[in-house]
Amino acid sequence: MIEVNNIEKSFGDAHVLKGISTVFETGKTNLIIGRSGSGKTVMLKTLLGIHTPEKGTISFDGRVYSEMTPDEKRKLRTEVGMVFQGSALFDSMTVEDNVGFPLKMFTSKRSREVRERVNVVLDRVNLKDANKKFPAELSGGMQKRVAIARAIVNNPKYLFCDEPNSGLDPETSIVIDELIQEITKEYDITTVINTHDMNSVLQIGEKIVFLKNGIKEWEGNNEQILETRNKSIVEFVYSSDLFKKVRESLLAEENEEDNK
Amino acid sequence: MKPLIFKEIDDLIVGSLGIVAFISFFIGGVVAIQTALNLTNPLIPKSLIAFATRQSVILEFSPTFISIIMAGRAGSYITSSIGTMRVTEQIDALEVMGVNALNYLVFPKIIAFILYPFVISISMFLGILGGMMAGVYGGFIGMEEFIQGIRTDFIPFHVFYAFLKTFVFGFILATIPSFHGFYMKGGALEVGKASTTSFVWTSVVIILVNYIITQLLLS
Repeated sequence: MIEVNNIEKSFGDAHVLKGISTVFETGKTNLIIGRSGSGKTVMLKTLLGIHTPEKGTISFDGRVYSEMTPDEKRKLRTEVGMVFQGSALFDSMTVEDNVGFPLKMFTSKRSREVRERVNVVLDRVNLKDANKKFPAELSGGMQKRVAIARAIVNNPKYLFCDEPNSGLDPETSIVIDELIQEITKEYDITTVINTHDMNSVLQIGEKIVFLKNGIKEWEGNNEQILETRNKSIVEFVYSSDLFKKVRESLLAEENEEDNK
Repeated sequence: MKPLIFKEIDDLIVGSLGIVAFISFFIGGVVAIQTALNLTNPLIPKSLIAFATRQSVILEFSPTFISIIMAGRAGSYITSSIGTMRVTEQIDALEVMGVNALNYLVFPKIIAFILYPFVISISMFLGILGGMMAGVYGGFIGMEEFIQGIRTDFIPFHVFYAFLKTFVFGFILATIPSFHGFYMKGGALEVGKASTTSFVWTSVVIILVNYIITQLLLS
């Protein structure tokens, strides 16, 4: 579980995060959503320790990040898996080397053990026979799977995903979303996903935090988001023509039922 | 870390040997021919051709001008490879994993460049060999005269001076391009710009440091 308590972050005059508090629960897919420039990426990077908040605390299962010693912070980093927007695979390494990289860096596992573990996680993300391929030889969806495999290979407690569906077609997006959710349950991980993909929100949004101009405007889950009357979130959720039409037809059905 | 160091040695040192050998051999030859063609006074011994070739190659051509060539070859490679890693978030991935990215990416390159004097010693040998081939087989000087010339007034300190500055240039070649790659911002176009900037700055620093070392050690 990650507890965020009243964090604030600025860059010069730009006050990006304004007193955000929330809890990201273990075994659930927690989503941070919001428009571009709402502070999602800064929030994720602050959770990752890349940015240091000026105020507030972040606790990882009760361990307050700002109070950790450098050794404790280093240990925490080995408990974190990250899936980047562009996958961020090491392009000079094969799939096998990419996935095995955290094990080689942070464990004393022998080559054979590393290979076995790599095969297990590649199997888990449904990527067989790709061990010797280079990232450039893979499709976008396959690269995302390799990135997920690399993120979970060292049994992380916390998984962060920055827009895991960007650049993917809707079908592949669903596959990736389902994979992340399955892995979250299976490994009992605290997963935090930064997204503005509404399909993901509705499909795997077990906990949703909506940011607007650096403020937590709303939080709930994928059922509550459809029922909320919060103006900002209604505008955000129904910003696409498809969702607008779906909403109009649902409202029309509701009105008909009311008239009856 | 060991495999990374060996990979960098292969990419930066072994991979540069071909171009360094080619350039050194022919420039050595050109130095010998040009010296020979400018020796019109019959009172000046022909062994001066070999002497001039040796001094030019050991003191300046191999350590300094091969380093400028290396700034183009190895320096651009370093900046573009690290810069591409920055653009594609690979450096962020390393940092999130808890890997000290600067140490992981730059340290092996600095270690690899400890072998740089080896490249320069090959360049010196081939430069003088090229001068000998051009001088002797071009009919400008006899073999015995050439050998006598390269042994004339030999000062071992000049070799020390050449290798000392080679060692410093090796450090410059590893660090300045790495700096430009690591701290670059932007996209693919900026990677190209960073490579160009890195080449210019590496060359400028090499030339300035060359002047300072020469002033300190030889004047």
